[in-house]
Amino acid sequence: MLKIADKIFSSRLFTGTGKFSSPAAMESALLASESELVTVALKRVDLQDESDDLLKHLNYPHINLLPNTSGVRNAKEAVFAAQMAREALETNWLKLEIHPDPKYLMPDPIETLKATEELAKLGFIVLPYIHADPVLCKRLEDAGTAAVMPLGSPIGSNKGLKTIDFLEIIISQSNVPVIIDAGIGSPSDAAKAMEIGADAVLVNTAIAVSGNPTKMAKAFKIAVQAGRMAYEARLGQVYSQAVASSPLTAFLDDEF
Amino acid sequence: MSFNDIFECHSWEETSRSIYAKTSADVEQALNASKRTLEDFKALISPAAAPYLERMAQLSQQLTLKRFGNTIQMYVPLYLSNECNNICTYCGFSYDNKVRRKTLSPMEIMEEVAVIKEMGYDHVLLVTGEANQSVHTDYFKKVLELIRPHFAHISMEVQPLDLSDYQELTPYGLNTVLVYQETYHEEDYKKHHPKGKKSNFQYRLDTPDRLGQAGIHKMGLGVLIGLEDWRTDSFFTALHLNYLEKKYWQSKYSISFPRLRPFSGGLEPKVAMNDRELVQLICAYRLFNEEIELSISTRESVAFRDNVIKLGITSISAGSKTNPGGYAVEPQSLEQFEISDERTAAEIAEMIHKQGYEAVWKDWDMSLTK
Repeated sequence: MLKIADKIFSSRLFTGTGKFSSPAAMESALLASESELVTVALKRVDLQDESDDLLKHLNYPHINLLPNTSGVRNAKEAVFAAQMAREALETNWLKLEIHPDPKYLMPDPIETLKATEELAKLGFIVLPYIHADPVLCKRLEDAGTAAVMPLGSPIGSNKGLKTIDFLEIIISQSNVPVIIDAGIGSPSDAAKAMEIGADAVLVNTAIAVSGNPTKMAKAFKIAVQAGRMAYEARLGQVYSQAVASSPLTAFLDDEF
Repeated sequence: MSFNDIFECHSWEETSRSIYAKTSADVEQALNASKRTLEDFKALISPAAAPYLERMAQLSQQLTLKRFGNTIQMYVPLYLSNECNNICTYCGFSYDNKVRRKTLSPMEIMEEVAVIKEMGYDHVLLVTGEANQSVHTDYFKKVLELIRPHFAHISMEVQPLDLSDYQELTPYGLNTVLVYQETYHEEDYKKHHPKGKKSNFQYRLDTPDRLGQAGIHKMGLGVLIGLEDWRTDSFFTALHLNYLEKKYWQSKYSISFPRLRPFSGGLEPKVAMNDRELVQLICAYRLFNEEIELSISTRESVAFRDNVIKLGITSISAGSKTNPGGYAVEPQSLEQFEISDERTAAEIAEMIHKQGYEAVWKDWDMSLTK
């Protein structure tokens, strides 16, 4: 079981709603994934319309919505978007995404930290999307973040865990859940992320653009479970040790 | 949340039982793990790990070389005062120990500093008893002001202070604070500290939290080995370290291994720890935490110190005097405890060099924290 803020999740696979061929395809895949936290871009939904097509397909009791601020370029815009989302979707959970760069959608660490500080004070459960930067993660923790969401590789790239060395550091020193977000391209990437101790993964593109999103979502579900199981079973060391010819502790046999 | 919230979830007896119940399979698992947990640490300090000592030493050496290279940091204590209002059953400075008390004057401090500087030191550890009328924050400020131009790194091992005191002292050049819990066994702690401010177990337990809040650059933890079961006490130290590292992530940490030594009015250790067990503990810390600095003092014997520097230790004191004025002012006054290794700093540096290591005298600069 995974706990973030006051919510318990039995699935460690979080999903997104972008890039599917239709809302129906999205719904089928998300149900197959058994994901309980689904991020939805504020820019995609009509916040005034209760019968918004996208939201209609997410209307299940086990699915918690995680509005994201994709599209905002600075902390000020993010705070405004968050307040709108809270009012319209009746949730104080927020995936904070601030990327002033429209080409690679690289998260802005400075604005993200500023926005997290402010949003946490306003009572939001903030889950910021960030670079795999261990120091930034600790700074966000100090600012009151509920989790951190470092990227595995550039968003939408399906390149996998290019940042694994930094992810391992982040995981080893984090006091809040670590959710690997962005870049996870295959179930084996997700399994690897879970094996190194991530608390959860967020997958969107790899499911949405696959040949069979429903089947792929199920594959991700199983991979995340397998990775978590492997982590709990504890992996052995990769390197082997040489046995020194002269023992280091022989001196203990001598009488001092 | 403070460490106390975590501490309260762990019973001494249950922890002890769990350590002694560890098997060779648990030790094997700990040795083979890619990342080691507190449960692994328990296995590594358990009696079941004794047959694995050589393997632990090899691993510990590899990890230490990877992180610290072929270097050993040098530091020396400067005892400022043996005045103390506490009764501690194991300490030569104890209030009920009838010895002449002394607190160094500014002039005497500078005499001591001159000798220490001649020895080559740039890192000094200031030590006092706990006498709040004479050895207090204002006194420490004056001392820091006085000696700051002469040292690159100043550590302190004095009574626990309030958060505001640490915040006041930091701008005066205080880099590191060492505060040993002595023992995490609350009842025995009270037996060993029946009188004085030190009898407040909780205040001492909370001290590293206050240091973290004050942004102290480095803090040193440890227990006095011999007061209680060292395995259980060491687990609680590791638990404390684990919590602090994650919460006060901008601080560095060190662990020391003081074993009870003879002193005036002495107490026999309740639990003896032999050299083999001390090596086991040093290696267990290194395997548990690759980044932690591990320190060994002149309490230990020549032969032990010569060999242990290759097993995980990263800092060492030498030529130490454990009495106020011991270097120049009053070399014959009462020591806090007897030292075992009486070699000079130069001799220790030579020994370190012969083993293929560099003795590092300066590893900080005051201008970095101005």
